[in-house]
Amino acid sequence: MTAFKLWWAGLRAFGSSRLGRSLALGVLLAACESRKVESAPGAALQPAPAAEAGPIKIGLIAPFSGPFAGMGKQVESGARAYLDQHGSKVAGREIQLLVKDVTGVAPDVAKNLAQGLLVRDKVDFLAGFVLTPNALAVAPLASEAKTPMVVMNAATSVITTKSPYVVRVSFTLPQVSAPLATWAAKNGIKSVYTLVSDYAPGADAEAQFKKTFEAAGGKITDSVRVPVQNPDFAPYIQRIKDAKPEAVFIFVPAGAQGTAFLKAFQERGLAQQGIRVIATGDVTEDQELDAMGSAALGVVTTHHYSAAHESPENAAFKQAFAKVSGGQVRPNFMAVGGYDGMAAIAKVIEKLGGKLDGDAAMAAFKGLALDSPRGPIRVDPETRDVIQTVYVRKVEQRPDGFYNVEFDHFDEQKDPGK
Amino acid sequence: MSFLGVAFDGIAYGSLLFLISVGLSITLGLMNFVNLAHGAFAMFGGYCSVWLTQAWGLPFLATLPCVCLAGAGVGALAERLLYRRLYRASHLDQVLFSIGLTFMAVAAATYFWGPTQQRVELPELLRGQVRVLGLELGAYRAFLIALVLLISGGLTALIELTRFGAQLRAAVDNAAVSAGLGIPVQRVFCLAFALGSALAALGGALAVELLGLEPGFAFEYLVYFLLVVSVGGAGSVRGTALAAIALGLCDVAGKYYVPEIGSFIIYALMIVLLTAFPAGLLGRRA
Repeated sequence: MTAFKLWWAGLRAFGSSRLGRSLALGVLLAACESRKVESAPGAALQPAPAAEAGPIKIGLIAPFSGPFAGMGKQVESGARAYLDQHGSKVAGREIQLLVKDVTGVAPDVAKNLAQGLLVRDKVDFLAGFVLTPNALAVAPLASEAKTPMVVMNAATSVITTKSPYVVRVSFTLPQVSAPLATWAAKNGIKSVYTLVSDYAPGADAEAQFKKTFEAAGGKITDSVRVPVQNPDFAPYIQRIKDAKPEAVFIFVPAGAQGTAFLKAFQERGLAQQGIRVIATGDVTEDQELDAMGSAALGVVTTHHYSAAHESPENAAFKQAFAKVSGGQVRPNFMAVGGYDGMAAIAKVIEKLGGKLDGDAAMAAFKGLALDSPRGPIRVDPETRDVIQTVYVRKVEQRPDGFYNVEFDHFDEQKDPGK
Repeated sequence: MSFLGVAFDGIAYGSLLFLISVGLSITLGLMNFVNLAHGAFAMFGGYCSVWLTQAWGLPFLATLPCVCLAGAGVGALAERLLYRRLYRASHLDQVLFSIGLTFMAVAAATYFWGPTQQRVELPELLRGQVRVLGLELGAYRAFLIALVLLISGGLTALIELTRFGAQLRAAVDNAAVSAGLGIPVQRVFCLAFALGSALAALGGALAVELLGLEPGFAFEYLVYFLLVVSVGGAGSVRGTALAAIALGLCDVAGKYYVPEIGSFIIYALMIVLLTAFPAGLLGRRA
C-alpha cells in the first residue's frame, strides 16, 4: 500500500511540473508514431491487391518465459533455421514471423494471443504450440477464421480432431509408445513395470504401451503414477526393485524429473539386478541429455528424432540451428518440429503460388511430403497428422557428449490413438 | 524392503528438507519476516556449487564451504539493501516483495545458466550404496543425515546458549527495548539473515543431486519448505527438524507402501498436525 502511495505521489509531482508534462506528451506521441509505423505495411490500411504482394504473416505462439521457456526457444530457432537456410522469400513474398510468448500452460493467454494475431495482424498461418492445453484452446479459433494452424510440438492425440484447420508435423505420444512396446516384446522382455507422471500425456503413454505390450504377449507387473513435480524417487524405485520386472517403462517430463529418476535408479543398483529402463524419447531429449550424463547411459527409447541421426539433411539443419540460436544448445525434437512446420508452410505457399486462402492451404497440406532432418515424413490426408519413421535408440557416450544412437526403426508409423 | 530401509530413506529426505527450511524458520519465526524468496537463496547455492565445479574444477565437497560463504554474503547484502526496509511493513507487502524477488531470480538464472537442467559430479565416496548390518543404504543419504545432525546441534547451541543467540531472541521480542539496552539490533538481524541464507544455499547445493536444479527450483519446492516450517513451528530449530523428519518419513513410506495415494499423505499429515498444534509442533507463540 505504502509503495503504491509513494508511486502515485511521485507520478503526480511529475505530472504537475512543466518538464514532466511535456515529457509525458512526447512519450505518448512517440508511442502513437511507432504504432503507425508498425501497422503501415499491414493489409488493413491498404487496398486488397497490394496485400497480395505484402509479406506473409505467420503467428508463432509458444512459451518463451517460465518453466517451458527452453521449449519455445527450440521451436522458434528451428523455424528460423529453415528461413536462414532457404531464404525468407517464398513465391516472391517475404515471410514474416510474429512471435508471441504464451508464458506456460495458459489456454486463456493462448486464446487471446491467437485472437490478436488473427484479427489485428491478420496472419495467414498460426504456428508453434508446444503444450497441449494451449493448442486445444486455439483450435476453435482456427476453424472460425479458416486459418491453418500448424502444430509444431504438442503431442496429445486428440488435437488434430478439434478443427479441420489443424495440421501436425511433430509426433503423438501413442505414435512413439506403441513401437517401444512392440520392440520390447520382440526382444525378449516379458514383464514390464510402468511409471508415468500423473497428467494427460503420461496417461496417454501408459495406456498405449500397455495395450500394445499386452497384445504382443507381454505382462505388465504393476503401474504407478507419480506427481508431475515429484521430489524424491527413492520409494518408487525401491518398489520396482522389489517387484523385479525385466524392464521399467517410464514417461516423465525431461529435465529435472527424468534425471532424478535415472540417478535414483543408478544409486540403487537396479541395472546390476538386470532391470532395464525403456522410455519414450522425450525423457532423454537432446537438449537435456548431456546434463543427465552417465545416469542415462544404456537407456533404450523410441522417438522420431535424434541429433545423432545421420543424414545430409540433419547435418545441414544442425549447422543452420547453431547459426540462429548461438550454438549453445543442441537442437532437440522440438526444434525439428519448428523446422518442419516452417518447411511445410513454405511448401504450401509455393504450391499456391503465393495466393493464400485457408481452405486451399489445408488441401495443399494434405499428403504433403518432406525430407526432414529426422528422415522422410508426410501429412496423413485423412487425419492431417504426421506419418513418419520411429527409431529405436540407445544412449551412448561419444567424444562430444551423450547421444541417442539409433539402432532399429519402424517405418510408416501412423498415430494409433485415432 | 524392510521398514528400516524405508525409514532410512525417509529420514535422509527429511534431512534435506530440514537443511533448506531451517533458514526460513529463522527469518520467519525469529525475525517475523515472510521471506518467500528463500527458495531463490537455495537455488543460488545450487548454481554456485555447479559453477564452482564446472568453471573452477573444484571437487563437490570443497564447494560446500564456499557456497555457505557466498550465501551468507548475498544474504547480508540483500538484508542491508532490501529486506531491512520492509521489517515493519505488513506481511502482504513482504510477500509481494519476496515473490517479486523470486521471479527476478528465476529470470536471472535463466539468463546466466539457460533453462536446462544442471548436473553435479559426486565424489566416488558418496556414490552408490553401502551395506550396513544387512541393509543397503545410499552413501549420499547417509552423508546428508550426518551433516544435519551436526548442523541442527550447532544451531540449537548457537541460538539457545550463546550471547548472539540471546541478543537475537531479545531483539525479536522487543527491538526498541533491546536497542535501549545496547544490543546492536540491526547488526544482529543482518547476521541472522545471513545465517539463514547460508543454510539455504548449503541446502540448495546438497539438493542438486536429489532434486535437480533448473531455474524453476525457486518455486517448485517452496511449498515443501513452507510446509515444514508451518508444521514445525516457525522459529524453533528443533521443531523444524522434527517436522522435516516426520514429513520426509511419511512421504517416503506413503509412496512406498501405498503409491496410489502416496503423494497426498504429507498434505493429510499437515492438516492433522496443524489442527492439533496450530502454532506448530514446538512453536513459540500461540
